[in-house]
Amino acid sequence: MKIGRNFVGLAAAFAAMFWGGLAAAQEALPIQGMPHPWQLNLQAPKSPLAEQMFGFHTELLIIITVITLFVLALLVYVCIRFREKANPVPSKNTHNTPLEIAWTLAPVFILIAIVIPSMRLLYAANSYADADMTVKVTGHQWYWSYEYPDHGGFGFDSILIPESDIDASKGQMRLMSVDEPLVLPVGTKIRFLLTSADVIHNFAVTSLGLRTDTVPGRLNESWTLIDEPGRYFGFCSELCGTGHAYMPIEIHALPKAEFDAWIEQAKGKYAANTEPQTLAVASAGPLGQ
Amino acid sequence: MAHPSVAAHGHDEHDHNHAPKGLTRWLYSTNHKDIGIMYLVFSIFTGLIGGAFSVYMRMELSHPGVQYMLADGAPDGHLWNVIITAHGLIMVFFVVMPALIGGFGNYFMPLMIGAPDMAFPRMNNISFWLLPPAFLLLLLSALIGGGAGTGWTIYPPLSSDLGHPGPAVDMGIFALHLAGASSILGAVNFITTIFNMRAPGMRLHTMPLFAWAMLVTAFLLLLAVPVLGGAITMLLTDRNFGTSFFKPEGGGDPILFQHLFWFFGHPEVYIMILPGFGIISHVISTFSKKPVFGYLPMAYAMVAIGFIGFVVWAHHMYTVGLDVDTKAYFTAATMVIAVPTGVKIFSWIATMWGGSIRFSVPMLWAIGFIFLFTVGGVTGVVLSNAGMDLQLHDTYYVVAHFHYVLSLGAVFTIFCGWYYWYTKMTGRLMPEWVGQIHFWTTFIGVNLTFFPMHFLGLAGMPRRYIDYVDALAGFNHVASIGSYISFASTIFFVIASFYYAKWGKRVADANYWGEGATTLEWTVSSPPPFHTFEKLPQFKG
Repeated sequence: MKIGRNFVGLAAAFAAMFWGGLAAAQEALPIQGMPHPWQLNLQAPKSPLAEQMFGFHTELLIIITVITLFVLALLVYVCIRFREKANPVPSKNTHNTPLEIAWTLAPVFILIAIVIPSMRLLYAANSYADADMTVKVTGHQWYWSYEYPDHGGFGFDSILIPESDIDASKGQMRLMSVDEPLVLPVGTKIRFLLTSADVIHNFAVTSLGLRTDTVPGRLNESWTLIDEPGRYFGFCSELCGTGHAYMPIEIHALPKAEFDAWIEQAKGKYAANTEPQTLAVASAGPLGQ
Repeated sequence: MAHPSVAAHGHDEHDHNHAPKGLTRWLYSTNHKDIGIMYLVFSIFTGLIGGAFSVYMRMELSHPGVQYMLADGAPDGHLWNVIITAHGLIMVFFVVMPALIGGFGNYFMPLMIGAPDMAFPRMNNISFWLLPPAFLLLLLSALIGGGAGTGWTIYPPLSSDLGHPGPAVDMGIFALHLAGASSILGAVNFITTIFNMRAPGMRLHTMPLFAWAMLVTAFLLLLAVPVLGGAITMLLTDRNFGTSFFKPEGGGDPILFQHLFWFFGHPEVYIMILPGFGIISHVISTFSKKPVFGYLPMAYAMVAIGFIGFVVWAHHMYTVGLDVDTKAYFTAATMVIAVPTGVKIFSWIATMWGGSIRFSVPMLWAIGFIFLFTVGGVTGVVLSNAGMDLQLHDTYYVVAHFHYVLSLGAVFTIFCGWYYWYTKMTGRLMPEWVGQIHFWTTFIGVNLTFFPMHFLGLAGMPRRYIDYVDALAGFNHVASIGSYISFASTIFFVIASFYYAKWGKRVADANYWGEGATTLEWTVSSPPPFHTFEKLPQFKG
């Protein structure tokens, strides 16, 4: 009897150490995706799609800066050169066909130069095929719930930690940290299936290039592939009522081995959750674009 | 723009200048100038309210945490949502549209085409008087039923009975019904007037560009506003009469609402800017003392913008789960609008080129407009790309974009028209120094407010958030300071406008701007007689 109780106690202690260790390991995860003070550009990209978007945005930024400065330069020149004192007699010129053709065609060429990488990016963002893993995301007022259909279908809710309960020593941050983060593996193509239980929400994580509406009665799809282990934060991005600002997304990306270990623990930990429902999804079946 | 030569005018102005008084003059008006004035005064009043809401919002966002919008010590997210919704609806339907279309459109389009009034003067009156009750309904919706915290886009299910049980959204819908009816009737009036009542000798292709702007705007209103009416009526029946147009549990689709709303919503933003384009053309021409460069391309660029504006609506919906080829089409179509818009920007600059430019206050607003609208336009090109929008949808980047084209675009054109036509309407002078202070403080204020929002959006700050993560405090604080400066400047402007309207130096000249002002409103006195062009001018375009 005593040995049995000791054994159970020991097993419980080990489980607690392992789980606590895992939690500690997760707290030690570096933050990879969150806003920074006085940030001027997009968050540093941490997925292939986010990298493509970052690069495309840089190209666009150069083009639009040149165009804007060009218009500004023209205005400044005109205001100085043709001010009343410098040019007392106005011309009557109202036509210049070559010029008009030029300023119609030049924008067309610029737009063509933009649309080509734009289409490449768009179609890349919509390529959900050959995903290694599927996660189901459901928006609620005002929290997220996640299910793992490929791993037995367990699920859990992910709720903002209220400001009064924020523990900075554990690396928690106001309006960003949640009680149960979404845990995902690194280096794996992950397909998200997204829906909502009530009103429209939007599952957005800038550093991973994710932003898709969750609509009730509709199953939307998006995908990511996380480059590095770390903590990634995102925000609900569709007005959903009173708690719209209070349902962030926190993702913990773990190396594959640690992720598999987490899955084993999670199956036990979340087994008691009766809802959300188990979802059986063929992992490689196309759901159409 | 052609130089009109007016064969006969003048004697009417002192024969029939007996305006009615009191209720007959204002409540039962059939005079396009009086109705225009009522619209302008109305939009000043509502503008102050909509602006005050925005200052309250910026006060809240000035620091992380919730300082002002609290209920029992906890953040009141619903109050925040109600205020931002009211801000949007008020500015769109009760400030910009009444000022540009009801105000300047009614007052000056008939004068410019040499018409004695609008085609349907009495219907013109009902178009105006529908607005104060509509506005009242909207304000009351906040007090009765807790307010509509849906955003101006009122998407179901949040706006349906699931998200907003209670009468607030229904009252908001009725407010939009009334405002929509006002716009549709006004559009009928504008189209009929422009097609049928131009002065003899004035062909469509020789009428002023502001008249062209009003014509295109009126067609957009006629075709787009009824779709809004349909969408909100379907929302009303979903909420109250058991239909399920937008309810998945009944076989409906929330996305259907978005399609219907944005089919209206995108032309709506062109409705808000096109009249401003017309004003800018007139002002640039007047103060460069040169006709507008490329009159026909300018007119048809507006037609093209209006036309294409009807087939790009889903660029507001890139993240809802549309099919990828659909998103590809909308990306390409949206980018196309940059071409006619670019033609206009370059044509305005070409108008100034070779001119003899005087930097009077209206010209400052016009030049400011050209630059700032370009900034807003290029961020629109960025957003038009569906792939890029995946990072920017519903962030402050979008807020920055549309405030640049609206607050720094459409609103600049309103101020531009105001200073251009102020003495014409009032017969009194507003001193240059007043306009200079107003312009420069507004210019600094609105840029301080909205430029940092590009950075906030790139960093990932979502729209319609009452509070934000601590890291985003810096630029939020800058934006809030900018908003205080802008609002203070607006108050200064309103006080000055009323003061000088009553006590400014009298100026009765028909044309106080000089040789650059060539359209027909500059041939009548300041203010014009109660009835103008009772004898039609002969227009030699």
